[in-house]
Amino acid sequence: MDVLEYKALMKRQFLRTLGWTLLMAVGLSGAAMAEDEAPDVMIKRLSVDVLDTIKADKALRSGDMTKLVALVDERIMPSVNFQRMTASAVGPAWRQATPEQQKRLQDEFKILLVRTYAGALAQVSTQTVAMKPLRASPDDKEVLVRTEIRGVGDPIQLDYRLEKTPGLGTGWRIYNLNVLGVWLVETYKSQFAQEINAKGLDGLIVSLSDRNKANSKKG
Amino acid sequence: MTLQGAGVRCARLTVLAGLAMLQACATVANPDPRDPLESFNRGVFGFNDAVDRAVVKPVATAYRDITPQWIRTGVGNFFGNLTDVWSVFNNAIQLRGQDTGDSMGRVMINTTIGLGGLIDVASDLNIERHTSDFGLTLGRWGVGPGPYIVLPLLGPYTLREVVALPLDQQGNLVNQIPDEGTRTGLTVLNVVDLRAQYLRAGEVVEGAALDKYSFTRDSYLQRQRNRVYDGNPPEEDTDFGTDTK
Repeated sequence: MDVLEYKALMKRQFLRTLGWTLLMAVGLSGAAMAEDEAPDVMIKRLSVDVLDTIKADKALRSGDMTKLVALVDERIMPSVNFQRMTASAVGPAWRQATPEQQKRLQDEFKILLVRTYAGALAQVSTQTVAMKPLRASPDDKEVLVRTEIRGVGDPIQLDYRLEKTPGLGTGWRIYNLNVLGVWLVETYKSQFAQEINAKGLDGLIVSLSDRNKANSKKG
Repeated sequence: MTLQGAGVRCARLTVLAGLAMLQACATVANPDPRDPLESFNRGVFGFNDAVDRAVVKPVATAYRDITPQWIRTGVGNFFGNLTDVWSVFNNAIQLRGQDTGDSMGRVMINTTIGLGGLIDVASDLNIERHTSDFGLTLGRWGVGPGPYIVLPLLGPYTLREVVALPLDQQGNLVNQIPDEGTRTGLTVLNVVDLRAQYLRAGEVVEGAALDKYSFTRDSYLQRQRNRVYDGNPPEEDTDFGTDTK
């Protein structure tokens, strides 16, 4: 009996070790392959990760803005080329801006967009993400990844433009986002141009930071 | 007829509001070629926004807080089913076989098994909704959008959508109900229910926009264009306005 029990114990121990080894191997190869991740695979991974995190966390589900903002900052922002996004929203005036102005524009715009995105995520309940077929050739430097958020009501079109960034992060970074056919950067272009024409670049920075202050007061 | 009277009065009010705005900012600093009526539109937009804050939004908020979710889902489904009826017609004259078939299937299933449209059985069966109206039909037939127009109480439109509006109104089955009381009641319920669905989205926009007018206009025009091109609009020169210095 004792011997049998001992054998069973060893067997379990062996299986457990084997399991861990396999897990680690999978994890390592996953890390090694991350360099070559395809753009649609990356979007799928990010979307599923964020949606699942929200569904599993009560505070996130009930719309805790601080936690939602932290989630977006941590999971999404590393995969976003925020400088490019700000530069194209600001338009030609970007090149005339001093490095200090560029930095402030980028910082304020980032706060605004992260909060907006977090606010949209606060409405997630049972949604899942569905990928649409990717039409891109392997040597494309920029691609369009199309997805659909499915849940209650009609599906929501959510597309991303990504640029290839060899050797940086997972190899792709988002530089524009499309919700229901509306491109984010384009929606800010004329608002920014309006401010710049009326009050200059510094005026735009002030407007952005005022907007952010008002938003953070709302909690 | 009384509704028309109210409409005229509203239009007058709006013109007054518009004039007030015109005096405040007679010239638009950075004109957008798609929006030649900007001064006037801003006036109407301000008026609509005031009406929303004072009446529509509070009523929609109360509706959301008082009624249980399943009732609101049923109400939304009911009006969605009526929309599908009009989509059948429009998808058909656009010669879209699959979209017409789907829309027809949705209406038949939801009207019968779905108890007059209250339950969206078709979506559970994965029959996709292809919302279409006559404005969209005109767009897909090649009619350009024309200038952006904000209508009193009705909100953002393009000239093409305004031209299609009378027919789209006829296509809305609620407007075919002979009894005026029922018709008005259902229209009010439809508006309140729609607004309630967009309460949170509205808050997101409120926080995201530097200028709510431009934000709404640019989103609306992009969205319409996207629908006409079926989610695949050709690239356009989006740099207009930014380099006119």
